[in-house]
Amino acid sequence: MDISFLLNGERVELRGVSPTRTALDWLREERGLTGTKEGCNEGDCGACTVMVTDEGGSRAVNACILFLPQLHGKALRTVEGISGPGGEMHPVQEAMVAYHGSQCGFCTPGFIMSMANAHLKGDTAFDDALAGNLCRCTGYAPIIRAAAAAATVPVPEWLAADAALPEVPGGISSADMTAHAPESADALAELAARHPQAVLVAGATDVGLWVTKQLRELPEVIFLNRCRDLQQIELGEEVIRIGAGVTMDRVLELMRAHYPSYAEMLRRYGSGQVRAAATIGGNVANGSPIGDNPPVLIALGATLHLRYRDTRREMPIESFFLEYGKQDRYPGEFVEAISIPRRDDRLRVYKLSKRFDQDISAVCGAFSVRVEDGVVREARIAFGGMAGIPKRALAVEAALEGRPWTDEAVVAAWDAWEADFAPLSDMRASAEYRLAAARNMLTRYLLEDLGASVNVREVRP
Amino acid sequence: MSVTKPLPHDAAPLHVTGKARYIDDIPVPADCLHLAFGLSEIAAGRISGIDLSEVRKAPGVVKVWEAKDLPSDCDCSPSLHDEPLLSGATVHYVGQPVFLVAATSHLAARKAVRKAQITYQERDPVFTVDEAMAADTRFEEGPRIWEKGDAIAGLDAAPHVIDGTLEMGGQEHFYLEGQAALVFPQENGDMLVHSSTQHPSEIQHKVAHALHLPMHAVRVETRRMGGGFGGKESQGNALAIACAVAAAATGRPAKMRYDRDDDMVITGKRHDFRIDYSVGFDEQGKLLAVDFVQYARCGWAQDLSIPVADRAMLHADNAYDIPALRVESHRLKTNTQSATAYRGFGGPQGMLGIERVLDHVAHALGRDPLEVRRVNYYADCPADAADAETAVPVQTTHYGQPVEDFILGGLTDALADRCDYAERRARIAVWNEETPLLKRGLALTPVKFGISFTLTHLNQAGALVHVYQDGSVSLNHGGTEMGQGLFQKVAQVAATGFGIPLDLVRITATDTAKVPNTSATAASSGSDLNGMAVKAACDTIRDRMAGHLAGLYQANAAEVLFVDGYVHVGEATLSFAEAAKLCYEGRVSLSSTGFYKTPKVEWDRIKGQGRPFYYFAYGAACTEVVLDTLTGEYRILRADILHDAGASLNPALDIGQIEGGYVQGAGWLTTEELVWDDRGRLRTHAPSTYKIPACSDRPEIFNVALWDGRNVEETIYRSKAVGEPPFMLGISALMALSDAVAACGEAYPALDAPATPERVLMAVRKVQDGA
Repeated sequence: MDISFLLNGERVELRGVSPTRTALDWLREERGLTGTKEGCNEGDCGACTVMVTDEGGSRAVNACILFLPQLHGKALRTVEGISGPGGEMHPVQEAMVAYHGSQCGFCTPGFIMSMANAHLKGDTAFDDALAGNLCRCTGYAPIIRAAAAAATVPVPEWLAADAALPEVPGGISSADMTAHAPESADALAELAARHPQAVLVAGATDVGLWVTKQLRELPEVIFLNRCRDLQQIELGEEVIRIGAGVTMDRVLELMRAHYPSYAEMLRRYGSGQVRAAATIGGNVANGSPIGDNPPVLIALGATLHLRYRDTRREMPIESFFLEYGKQDRYPGEFVEAISIPRRDDRLRVYKLSKRFDQDISAVCGAFSVRVEDGVVREARIAFGGMAGIPKRALAVEAALEGRPWTDEAVVAAWDAWEADFAPLSDMRASAEYRLAAARNMLTRYLLEDLGASVNVREVRP
Repeated sequence: MSVTKPLPHDAAPLHVTGKARYIDDIPVPADCLHLAFGLSEIAAGRISGIDLSEVRKAPGVVKVWEAKDLPSDCDCSPSLHDEPLLSGATVHYVGQPVFLVAATSHLAARKAVRKAQITYQERDPVFTVDEAMAADTRFEEGPRIWEKGDAIAGLDAAPHVIDGTLEMGGQEHFYLEGQAALVFPQENGDMLVHSSTQHPSEIQHKVAHALHLPMHAVRVETRRMGGGFGGKESQGNALAIACAVAAAATGRPAKMRYDRDDDMVITGKRHDFRIDYSVGFDEQGKLLAVDFVQYARCGWAQDLSIPVADRAMLHADNAYDIPALRVESHRLKTNTQSATAYRGFGGPQGMLGIERVLDHVAHALGRDPLEVRRVNYYADCPADAADAETAVPVQTTHYGQPVEDFILGGLTDALADRCDYAERRARIAVWNEETPLLKRGLALTPVKFGISFTLTHLNQAGALVHVYQDGSVSLNHGGTEMGQGLFQKVAQVAATGFGIPLDLVRITATDTAKVPNTSATAASSGSDLNGMAVKAACDTIRDRMAGHLAGLYQANAAEVLFVDGYVHVGEATLSFAEAAKLCYEGRVSLSSTGFYKTPKVEWDRIKGQGRPFYYFAYGAACTEVVLDTLTGEYRILRADILHDAGASLNPALDIGQIEGGYVQGAGWLTTEELVWDDRGRLRTHAPSTYKIPACSDRPEIFNVALWDGRNVEETIYRSKAVGEPPFMLGISALMALSDAVAACGEAYPALDAPATPERVLMAVRKVQDGA
């Protein structure tokens, strides 16, 4: 493919790019820009963090699972590109030296880029901004001190340069027709129908690992990130319609106002780098049993919108997940949007993992129980990590409905859990723990609803 | 004086700008080969068929080796010569290198190895402690047993006796820079090796051995590692040897770096342990007798497991004077990765055993665990060696080493006072009464860690110092830089030696051609050993300079002063550069080696008697946690630490080691869980599944301070080693979790490690059920 973007402020034109060449390998092997490090090659350590700017602003992303064509028309900055023209250090660089924020130094460029991105945006929620950067030496405390110190220093003027993005031709595709980057949903619909075997790549936070870890060859790829019309959020009276291409960082911001518990879960979903690339459509479409959006969307009664050419169909989102690895999607059909009903907020999401931040859920439970006059009128409960698909707890819901909203409801549902779920044991958790924790989440939901303190993250020293 | 200053890491400006160069950043010629290993897919058995034809045909592949294609006797082991570079017919674990591919790119090599067709005849593997004990697969002929007093008689006579078992997991190093090596073939068959290693001399030795070369034909250079933590003490051997073999066979440079998943699957980790204990004690909680049986899972090869298991035994007392203590240690051979060095080197495992015992005893008596710990402490010793003759209490460890520098009584009091231990304990009890679903816990635990290699001859170091005629100084020593700030500390020693500013001192990459026969940068010994060696070299040159200048200016050599960049000789004051130039013109040698060997250490590891350690480093931590009784989730809310680095060479770097060590230690005992399946496959082989602490896992309140003291032994400027000891401060996090779980009922939690939310919830349920 032929692509063009800004690298550290200078225009780069690349011809004949392999569609699955990662930005990290290209930077290190072809450009000799070795400041960006490979720590895990799967987007979990942040050592390869770079800054990417487009019309939506700047974002820190993982270069190891960023394919070069995703950069077309954007601006890329690496650690080599944030110092001033005279070699002056960026404020976060100065602070990291002054506050002893580096020891072995290998994770440091990635931290610097996440910190510079947060600094640019005035973001001082450092634990969130840096959740995607692992450091094994410092214990993080000096890094946070450095970030806090730099926050009081203005953004250096030389970083404003990326405001002017390169004008690029649209409609890139490769000569051998193995990769496409359509500019609209209509174009995508046509391409997907003509190339039903093509892999659709949105943020590449999952497909990236097919390439870097499974070493799969992808014979045909369609990049979705240039379909602007898939990236719309429409706030209707009844529903919120979210385009499949909306990235998770935007879903997080959106949900703060509507379903804060969803937002709080998303704050722990992946990392800043992952949320900046991953899309809601991708997280649904790949059908993973441990994706965190589907159980929430099921509990919210969301609708999935699918499209094949100009034929559209919609379904309750739980109907999409047929069995492990199998979804109700025809070849050439793609997820166009998800719509979420706007109702009064009864949602609580409980994401359970070994580590709080940037960890895949062992169990993710989403609860929405409506109570009238002290009696359960409607319950929608769904789980990730409890079955081969994201799954609704229909037996539990049935057991709850009509019960007084007290311990009695929890007791009434006790045996229904095993009717709904027979979870597996794996490296994240045992079946026994998954079932016990899921059951207890209902107790947590009830007691939280009744005003008890249930969240260890809200306890202060 | 440059020493004692809180200067930043010498390479910090390079780190933050991405200019610090690691192995994979070194520019290589276009013909450089990139290597990857093909790995065993079974845990134990024989290879019945191996077809690498598709591997050889894969794009970019230049050459492929099986064991039979290697130079004879190509071995990677740092100890027993039991680690062939490639397996040959017999395989011992899932992930063992079976064949080697050289290709034109890293990706091409990785893709090619997956095309192998290998068939196996499997045999029953040995994975667990129970399986290994039943099959009697072990290193050494039987268990090692050391004893002080008569523990069995002591248990019989004690008013209270309890038994228990503690399981603790291993730990992946997760250095951010994976293993890497790069070899450039030289004229005459010589090899220049760049290796991310804590032990360049071992790399040199193993590469020379593999290629049947004398050691002088192999030069190893290590500028820095992107983290080591013990994981690069021996685990880099295979990559360096593989590159050297490829370079020798092809005449081309060769580079090998493990992909993260390969790194985690191939290389060794911290030893997981089971410790059984029986403890006899009185009403006050005074321990009368303790009997430990330690089972260490060592994996398939011996590697460093013997000294690791020894050190676990050596730390079975931690801070406690126990009249009768017996330690029995089993070093078990299993079909898993060969467990290796990891920060603390067995010490944390041994120490956790006795800390569990104290926690259990306190629970049984219903007493404050800190009180019970204090009752059992060794007695404090005088802070100054000058009055040591009369005042040092007579107290010895279970291996017969006198404890002459104990300070934990005063240090613990100071920490408990500083962190309001007693008041918070009372507050937490009330809070726990009022809060049904959440429970807080608090624990203050001590660390006493022995400093020296237990293999006595390793306690030596060399240095090479040059003063140039412009007054700049070039510094080299045998220690390696892995982030700990060793180079900066040693540069501070040199700058202090010459009385010059630090910017006149250039720190150069560790190089076996400059300083030979070095020990690994390990056992926390880096600054102690290399600092002293550098000081010796500087002293030699300075004395030569003083002698010459005294002659020139008719002054007394002993009165020549080197201070603040100047040399004062008689009435004259010269800049250091002027002084250097005068000495050069006076034909004075401005280059010197320096050498140091640790005094006083002497040790018989078979008898378990002697003085393995020059001194002890101390510290204590108090951790508060809160947990959720419904899911087992928890947070570390606060940690307060007081740590003894002696007279610190660099307080900023030392505090960095303490903060980082604590978080890494807490990670070992909380979220970091290694899971193997029933076929011996490691299921947690990437950061997606193996969870080291992330940013928000550090304690919200994190107070770290240095104990104001100096080493009673004559170490470099009376400082103390600081690399490993703070790791064990993380034990307080597990004990705080135990305390919180205990608040759920009457039974003792017996919380195993790592205390994942799952283990915590199961312990909560057990305590609630009163089991």
